[in-house]
Amino acid sequence: MNALAQMSALAERIAADPAPGETIPPEPILAESRLPAPTFAERMRRVAQVAALHADAVDRDGRFPAEAVAALRAERLLGIQIPEALGGEGADMSRMAEVCFSLGQACAATGMVFAMHQIKVASLVTHGAESPWHRALMQRVAERQLLVASATTEGGIGGDLRNSLCAVEAEGDVFAFRKDATVISYGAHADVILATGRRHPEAASSDQVLVALTSDQFTLERTSRWDTLGMRGTCSDGFVLAARDVPVAQILPKPFAEIAAQSMLAASHLLWSSVWFGIASHALDRARTFVQAEARRRPGTVPPGALRLAEATSSLQAMKGTIQGGLRHYEEAQGSPAALGSIGFAIALNNVKTTASTMAVSIVQVALGIVGIAGYKNGTPFSLGRALRDVLSAPLMISNDRIHSNTANLLLVQKGGGTFLGA
Amino acid sequence: MVLRMMISSQDIRETLGGIESLSGQVDRLSDDDDLFDKGLCSFGSVQLMLALEERFNIEFPDHLLNRTSFATIRAIRSTVTTIVEPVDA
Ligand SMILES: Cc1cc2nc3c(=O)[nH]c(=O)nc-3n(C[C@H](O)[C@H](O)[C@H](O)COP(=O)(O)OP(=O)(O)OC[C@H]3O[C@@H](n4cnc5c(N)ncnc54)[C@H](O)[C@@H]3O)c2cc1C
Repeated sequence: MNALAQMSALAERIAADPAPGETIPPEPILAESRLPAPTFAERMRRVAQVAALHADAVDRDGRFPAEAVAALRAERLLGIQIPEALGGEGADMSRMAEVCFSLGQACAATGMVFAMHQIKVASLVTHGAESPWHRALMQRVAERQLLVASATTEGGIGGDLRNSLCAVEAEGDVFAFRKDATVISYGAHADVILATGRRHPEAASSDQVLVALTSDQFTLERTSRWDTLGMRGTCSDGFVLAARDVPVAQILPKPFAEIAAQSMLAASHLLWSSVWFGIASHALDRARTFVQAEARRRPGTVPPGALRLAEATSSLQAMKGTIQGGLRHYEEAQGSPAALGSIGFAIALNNVKTTASTMAVSIVQVALGIVGIAGYKNGTPFSLGRALRDVLSAPLMISNDRIHSNTANLLLVQKGGGTFLGA
Repeated sequence: MVLRMMISSQDIRETLGGIESLSGQVDRLSDDDDLFDKGLCSFGSVQLMLALEERFNIEFPDHLLNRTSFATIRAIRSTVTTIVEPVDA
C-alpha cells in the first residue's frame, strides 16, 4: 500500500467516527448565539446532509442543487426571516449566518443560494413592512417557500451596485422593465426576482429603486452560461430580464440607496462571509484529519503539517471573530436608520467582506498545502479542489478592489475615537 | 465672546456647485430636493463633506456623517449650523 492509500485508509477509519461537519452538529458561529432549538439545529443538519450528498455532482455538472433546495423547503428554512405575523419565524441575522456556515461546509453553492435568497428577503423585511403588496409577498414566501433571486449586476455597469442603466417605465398604475442582467444566480429557478433600475427613464444613474417581479410576470432570455471555475451550482447565468404591465405597487417604497445601505450591503457581507467561513472550516477540518492521521501513523513525532495547521487555525479564529463582530455590530444597529446609514457602519461591514474573503482563500490554500496531493486529487477523503475553486469567487463577488476604493473614499471624512469593546 | 456665523442656503449652493455629480443642476434645486435623487453618489457626498469642512473650517463628527445630514440643502444648512453656531471663543 503506498503512503497515499495508507493515509486514505486511515482517514476512512477516522471518518467512521463522526466526519467533520457531517454528523456532528456544527459549532455555532456565535458562541452566545440564541440557537435554542435543537429542532432548528436538526433542521439545519438535515439540509446540510442532503447538500453534502449531492455537492460533487452539483459541482461537476454545474447544475442547480435541486435536492438541497427541496430540503430547505421541506425544513421550511426559506421563510425563517419573515416576521412571525406574516407566517415566518422572525429569525435574526446570526441565525441565518449559522445556516450559511453549515451549508457552506457541505455544499458552498447551496450555501450561497440560501445566502442570496435571505439577502433579498432581508430587503423585503426591512423595507417592505409598510407596503401591503410586499407584506403579501412575504406571506407567500413563508407559506409557499418561494425562492427569491437578485438582479443588480448589469451589462455596461458590472458590479457597481449603486448605478443602473435600465429604468422603470411607468404608465399609469403599471410599469415595464427590461434589464441586461449579466449574472442572476439560480435565475431560471427563481419564483421572485428583485431587480434594481433607475426610478424613471430620465432619472440619474444613481437614483434607483428595487422592484419585485414574480415568475408569472417576468421572462428570461438566456444570454450567457455560467460555466465557471467554482460556485458552479449557483447557475448564475446571464439573462435579459423583462416584464410588462407590472403594478407600480411592486416597486419597494424606499429609495434603493437606503435599501442598499441599511439592509442589503450588510446582509450580503455577513451572509456571504458566513458561507466562506464554512468553506474554510471544512477545508481545515480535512487538513486536521490528515495531520492527525499522520500523527497516529508516526507516534512520537509532530507531523510537519501541524505547524501550518496551527497557523491556519489561528487565521480561522480571526476570521470567525471578524464575522461575529460584524454580526454583533449589525444587530446592535438594528432599528436605528442613523446607525445603519453611518459611515462607520459602512466601513466596518466593507471590512468584514474584504477580510473574510481574503482570509478564506488563504486558509483553503494552506489546507491544500498541508494535505498535498491527496487534497489536489478529486475523490479522496481529503479532496480540496471544489473548496478551493468555490472560495476563489469570494474576492470577486463584488470585487474587493471596488470595496476598498469605496472604503478609501469614506475614510476621507471618518473621524477616530471608536471604543474597543463597543461597535 | 460669542461668534455667530450665519450659514445661508446660498453658501451651501456655492459649495454644491463644485460637486461633479450635481454639476449644472444647483440653480434648479429647491432647498428640499433630495440631492441623492438628483444624482449625488456616495463618492460625491464625501467630496461634499470635505468641501464643507474646508469652507467652514469645521469637522463633522462621526454621528453626523450619514445620509440624512446631507440629503437636502436645508438639511446641510442645519447640520453645518449645529457645528459652527454658537462658537465660544
Ligand atoms: C457566485 C456569484 C454569484 C453571483 N450572483 C449574482 C446575482 O445573483 N445577481 C447579481 O446581480 N450579481 C451576481 N453576481 C455578480 C456580483 O454581484 C458582481 O457584480 C460581480 O462579481 C462583479 O463582476 P466583475 O468582476 O465583472 O466586476 P466589475 O465590478 O465589473 O469590475 C471588474 C474589475 O474591475 C476592477 N474595478 C472595477 N471597479 C473598480 C473600482 N471602483 N475600484 C477598483 N477596481 C475596480 C476590479 O478589479 C474588478 O475585478 C455574482 C457573482 C458571483 C461570483
